[in-house]
Amino acid sequence: MSGMNRQGRPTAIGNTAHSGSRNSTFTGNRALELEEPLLFEIDNPGACGVDLDEPEGFTSHLGALERKGRIGLPSLSEPEVVRHYVRLSSKNYSIDAGLYPLGSCTMKHNPRLNEKMARLPGFSDVHPLQPQQTVQGAIELMSELAHWLRELTGMPGVALSPKAGAHGELCGMMAIRAALIARGEDAQRTRVLVPESAHGTNPATAALLGYKVDAIPATDEGRVDLEAFKSKLGPDVAAIMLTNPNTCGLFERDIVSIAKAVHEAGAYFYCDGANFNAIVGRVRPGDLGIDAMHINLHKTFSTPHGGGGPGAGPVVFSEALAPFAPLPYVVSDKKGFRLVETNEEAKADGTTPFGRMTAFHGQMGMFVRALAYMMSHGADGLRQVAEDAVLNANYVLASLKDDMSASFEGPCMHEALFDDRFLKGTGVETLDFAKAMIDEGYHPMTMYFPLVVHGALLIEPTETESKQSIDLFIATLKDLARAAKSNDKERFTGAPFMAPRRRLDETAAARKPVLRWTPSAPAEAAE
Amino acid sequence: MRYLPLTDADRREMLGVIGAKSVDELFRDVPESARREGLVDLPRRKGELEVERLLGRMAAKNVAAGSVPFFVGAGAYRHHVPASVDHLIQRSEFLTSYTPYQPEITQGTLQYLFEFQTQVAMITGMEVANASMYDGSTGCGEAVLMAHRVTKRRKAVLTGTLHPQYAEVVKNLSEFGGYELEIMPPALPGEAFDVTDRICDKTSCIVVQTPDFFGELHDLRAIAEAAHAKGALLIAVVPEIVSLGAVTPPGEMGADIVVGEGQSIGNGLNFGGPYVGLFATREKFVRQMPGRLCGQTVDAEGNRGFVLTLSTREQHIRREKATSNICTNSGLCSLAFTIHMSLLGEEGYKRLARVNHAAASKLAGLLSKVPGVEILNRTFFNEFTMRLPKPAAEVVDALVEKGVLGGVPASRLWPGRPEVENLLIVASTEINTDDDRAAYEAALKEVL
Repeated sequence: MSGMNRQGRPTAIGNTAHSGSRNSTFTGNRALELEEPLLFEIDNPGACGVDLDEPEGFTSHLGALERKGRIGLPSLSEPEVVRHYVRLSSKNYSIDAGLYPLGSCTMKHNPRLNEKMARLPGFSDVHPLQPQQTVQGAIELMSELAHWLRELTGMPGVALSPKAGAHGELCGMMAIRAALIARGEDAQRTRVLVPESAHGTNPATAALLGYKVDAIPATDEGRVDLEAFKSKLGPDVAAIMLTNPNTCGLFERDIVSIAKAVHEAGAYFYCDGANFNAIVGRVRPGDLGIDAMHINLHKTFSTPHGGGGPGAGPVVFSEALAPFAPLPYVVSDKKGFRLVETNEEAKADGTTPFGRMTAFHGQMGMFVRALAYMMSHGADGLRQVAEDAVLNANYVLASLKDDMSASFEGPCMHEALFDDRFLKGTGVETLDFAKAMIDEGYHPMTMYFPLVVHGALLIEPTETESKQSIDLFIATLKDLARAAKSNDKERFTGAPFMAPRRRLDETAAARKPVLRWTPSAPAEAAE
Repeated sequence: MRYLPLTDADRREMLGVIGAKSVDELFRDVPESARREGLVDLPRRKGELEVERLLGRMAAKNVAAGSVPFFVGAGAYRHHVPASVDHLIQRSEFLTSYTPYQPEITQGTLQYLFEFQTQVAMITGMEVANASMYDGSTGCGEAVLMAHRVTKRRKAVLTGTLHPQYAEVVKNLSEFGGYELEIMPPALPGEAFDVTDRICDKTSCIVVQTPDFFGELHDLRAIAEAAHAKGALLIAVVPEIVSLGAVTPPGEMGADIVVGEGQSIGNGLNFGGPYVGLFATREKFVRQMPGRLCGQTVDAEGNRGFVLTLSTREQHIRREKATSNICTNSGLCSLAFTIHMSLLGEEGYKRLARVNHAAASKLAGLLSKVPGVEILNRTFFNEFTMRLPKPAAEVVDALVEKGVLGGVPASRLWPGRPEVENLLIVASTEINTDDDRAAYEAALKEVL
């Protein structure tokens, strides 16, 4: 492994033979693109990034449980720590830097006002178990957010506490199960219907509750096959879990009939609200006959994705399910706002919560951001959000349908789905096409999802992209499609060439997992 | 609207390309009965200034922890977070990035997750850790489900000193998942803590919190031994993660899974969320673990890099056969945790723990002299439990009137249990000054 620097990167100029890669340098850096070792490799024993005085004059109460020996944490001063993370940050793509067309993920602009509001000490520096008379404004904020969610969805019940979309799904399905238990039909209803195009979290959630998952096929038009669906209904069906607009980016035209059939069969209708951005302010899920739906505050209401969380997944409920909503919930009366936190209080209150999803009250930091976003837009602005999101997606669909293969006829909703037919015979696959976009300065779209079309490419531009930005994106994809069809295969199969890393070996990572740094790790041995 | 870049001219032009007369046409698949012509019944758009005013007014109705002598804990703790932490996590590249599914352009996120996993494994004394859970309580629920998978058994035992809301989360998952669960009654500090007789050959795991809900520390070695002798796992729960800078970590006492609440490091109180769940285990169980994992690998040129790995456990691949339905971690909160931990380092982390222990020890010394107050703990870290001569909830309310946030009455989480009605759980961290402690002592004397 000679000629490698500390980061395991070749240092000799001209050492890299792969086409498209640039000359290497002694440091491994490339001007503004800076390599950064692991924290543990820049340990600076004796340095410390905090100044704390050694405490004196107290009696130890640790008994025999005092920690002995070295933990192994590296020691660094503040400037070293700041530089480490600034350098790491430079290796990330972000919505602030460019269009991030991940279908089903709704990567829209994150207003900084929301960050500022979430950091007001009255919200950020209050403890969840402070006496309630000292947090009236915080509970009021939860109440106000619940009100906005009720109005926007037309559904009377709200559970704010779920921590993420999948956690909200779990909450919604638990409420359904609780309602079935109350009806004495829990033992009988063991099956949950889930369309083939569903997010993986839907079947995983149903399975967590012990349900058998039964897949509903899609029509050639990318929607639930109504006849096939009806034939699967029966007295053993607990619920259907449907995404609407669905993961093909299409509105389920038969949704009202589906809801009616579900209810006639004595089952409940769970809606995955991941794609609420397409209809917010224009369509209320309550008007469609839905019984429970989670809302990803980090999608529709723009709380930052943060590199993979934290999200928030409040759930709205129909009249039938509202009494089963979990603890805690907010009530208000003349004395002010009150959080109902225990079964004892709920009993006095006349409700029958199914239980508790999490300690404390949910993702307050996200509630503040989402409410700031809602207030900023208002009823008129939110409707415009849905319209512009749908307009942008249809514009992409219309502009690219002759260059790439659109899976379904438009109009689409907030995202446009393509498949890999346009790449047939080129030797370029969906993955290669997506990786070539990286060299062009774009984050790829969602790939290979939904599963109902071959080699899916799912594009969600969102409403916060300008026409100019979308035009350049479209032109780029046209150029890539043309290149793929004109045998410029190398631009794709080796891509990305210009990112901080070339393609990474995921198979090797899974075969022999290295999940932490250890002093004897191969990386260190390469020095 | 300031966040929407399309102009009316853009919209007209784009509709022309699409071949639609109006945007309504794009919504034609919506059933007529569900189309809303007018606006929903909510206020219209507002400028920044107006939103700031409205939310600022709500915020001002709350008593911020930093504005009073503050001693509230019970699963969330107020610590000082260095200024650089909040600055760094607000960098666009961290804040506005998605889950690192395209590793070539998300090495920043992936590398810090790898470092985070390493730090968590080190401080818990375990072999491996995941990229974080939603929070400690949901992590605790997932740990119990994982123990069921590992042991192929269906019964968990929760000791009575587990945070009551953590126990409720586990109970909820167990009831709906069709698993058996035994929740032991609360054992007060000083009372016998013999839990080993609850473990039998049907038990998948025993869950023990340390420091426990009352602040008492537990030596887990005998429990681990008893569990292992019956083929069960020991799950250790650590809601105050600063404690591990001073207290023997569960990994050194035989724990099989360690669940922690990482809020104390790098993250504010935030009225209960978002927080960050820490989840660590032994290497041999890694394929049964829930949540995201980041692993090391190389790229096509042989350079070291990081990817999300072992995703065949996860819902987007395995669907109904996944180990969990979890689809996210607590990314930005884990970043705050790992930055703060990097600033602390070995010495800073241990010293912070000592400072916390000293703060609580000093407070216990002062309050134990207040007439009528009995401190129950034999051992504690930065939190302990007092028995008062009257209901603790009343005392806490009276302390509010004196301008002191004095702790959490056990009855708030365990209502209707006379044996805990007079118990007050009190935490003191590095934020408290001698003046704060003196103010508490004086106020408590007055209200008792």
